[in-house]
Amino acid sequence: MRDGIFTTAAEIARAVNAREVSAREIVDATLAQIERVEPQVGAYLTVLPELARARADELDRRIAAGASFPLAGVPLAVKDNLCLTGTRTTAASKILEHWIAPYTATAVQRCLDAGAIPVGKANLDEFAMGSSCENSALGVTRNPYDLERVPGGSSGGSAAAVAAYEAALALGSDTGGSIREPAAFCNLVGFKPTYGRVSRYGLIAFASSLDQIGPLARTVEDCALAYEAIAGHDPRDSTSIARPVESAVGALRDDLRGLRIGIVREFATDRLAPEIDAVYRAAYDELAALGADVTEVELPTADYGLATYYLIAPAECSSNLARFDGVRYGLRVDGADVTEMYEHTRAAGFGPEVKRRILIGTHALSSGYYDAYYVRAQKARTRIAQDFARAFERCDLIACPAASSPAFRFAAKSDPYSMYLMDYYTIPMSLAGLPALSVPCGWVTPSDGDRPMPMGLQLTAPPFAEALLLSAAHAYERATRHAVRHAPAVASPAA
Amino acid sequence: MSSPTIDIRYVARLARLALTDNEIERFGAQLSDLLAHVEALADLDLETVPATAQVIESRNVARDDAVAPGLDREVVLSQAPQRQGPFFRVPRILAEDR
Repeated sequence: MRDGIFTTAAEIARAVNAREVSAREIVDATLAQIERVEPQVGAYLTVLPELARARADELDRRIAAGASFPLAGVPLAVKDNLCLTGTRTTAASKILEHWIAPYTATAVQRCLDAGAIPVGKANLDEFAMGSSCENSALGVTRNPYDLERVPGGSSGGSAAAVAAYEAALALGSDTGGSIREPAAFCNLVGFKPTYGRVSRYGLIAFASSLDQIGPLARTVEDCALAYEAIAGHDPRDSTSIARPVESAVGALRDDLRGLRIGIVREFATDRLAPEIDAVYRAAYDELAALGADVTEVELPTADYGLATYYLIAPAECSSNLARFDGVRYGLRVDGADVTEMYEHTRAAGFGPEVKRRILIGTHALSSGYYDAYYVRAQKARTRIAQDFARAFERCDLIACPAASSPAFRFAAKSDPYSMYLMDYYTIPMSLAGLPALSVPCGWVTPSDGDRPMPMGLQLTAPPFAEALLLSAAHAYERATRHAVRHAPAVASPAA
Repeated sequence: MSSPTIDIRYVARLARLALTDNEIERFGAQLSDLLAHVEALADLDLETVPATAQVIESRNVARDDAVAPGLDREVVLSQAPQRQGPFFRVPRILAEDR
């Protein structure tokens, strides 16, 4: 196998199944790569060398006995808000810094059953609240394409791990853009399936009506392979949907002929920086050149997505995070009585962004404010979902930016609201529960930097049209090959 | 919608969060700023719009009432901040009778 670990998950699985290379060799090469670049990148909170080697050896034995696996030997980074039994699972929070998961998340288990090898638990914004990974209480992750820049977030460690070849595939979670934005920032494909498509069992909850697990990978095909592994009903998550999963890998195609792709009028990119506007205009032209019928659609309430999200998500967060009270697991800080123990534990255990969201959510749900804030936001959410349904009467897919800028420098967004704006283009899809992905679509050299940074095109589909979405993204990726134009600043095969 | 003020001390008490004076000041300003932004929702006419209860339609699910093993008690208690025998130990929650 020519490129070793510097290739796609699909190619690794093919080679391991064909016994051209062993899973053990792939894992050893990945662990060596981690040792080499991790001091600079910081993608992982925990690396799992013993577990990875043991699972690789076991997989090699089964393949020698004739078995084959769709993700055979694929080194997997697991976002550290996903449980993996017997391993530390922290949500990048001090409150869970020493917690050992006593069970495995369904999505993780399904990847392992498909032959993937867990090599580490990846950094994130604390409890997945953030867009840069800077809200992690336990580590700093740097963008492999420019170490002075953030990897995006909240699945920033997952993205950085794959971009720096410290894994071939990662699992992330996306509540308002937490897979799609870091994928865009790190030159990857990041895919959030329809809400309910993937079981959330074993995902540490942030906002349960929005949270969805999905893959980050170097190619659309790799995302499709991972999606097929993790999608489907799970009796352990009552919101997971009992509906057959279409084959996504089998549906991948090479052109967009006959597809109607909607460009959102309210998301016109001429208000963005001219070089970024140019990237997106070129991307829409590329869609048309591939045979798509590119047409304008309207999402009149999309502009209200941010306001809607920053009531609903904190409200659900304040409720979900009530469980961290110092009683049964995690950090406890003593107090004079039980109430003081709760208050001290949560004060010491949560970071500033988590506290802000708990406070805003508690306020939005409190007596006298519930109708004005929470109910109003849930009504606005209905309007946003209706807008999408109307737009999809006129098109098959919607194309728009994944983010309004490439990866920014550390500490560039010190005001919370300026960080929230990073999710402007990804939040409406989350509120409507729609499947959406980011695929590399061009490069921009920021005015405050000297390295070209990747940009992502976001494609969105109606509920359960994952196969169509992935097939269109595959056609776009194949024809444009934006991702392979530049190598990361660290970790490239030649480095 | 109500004016964008937030009684941080009261909300923090509801949320069981001890805040420093510095945090009260900083979060108070930041959250008032956020509430001013969400005021934008007042522009939408939502009178006749139903609130979203679930975004992807699904039916209520009731699983079979079958007995199945749960987590082992020792596994669960092994991560307790404080335990006493088979119990989680917590600070006293009721005052002693006098």
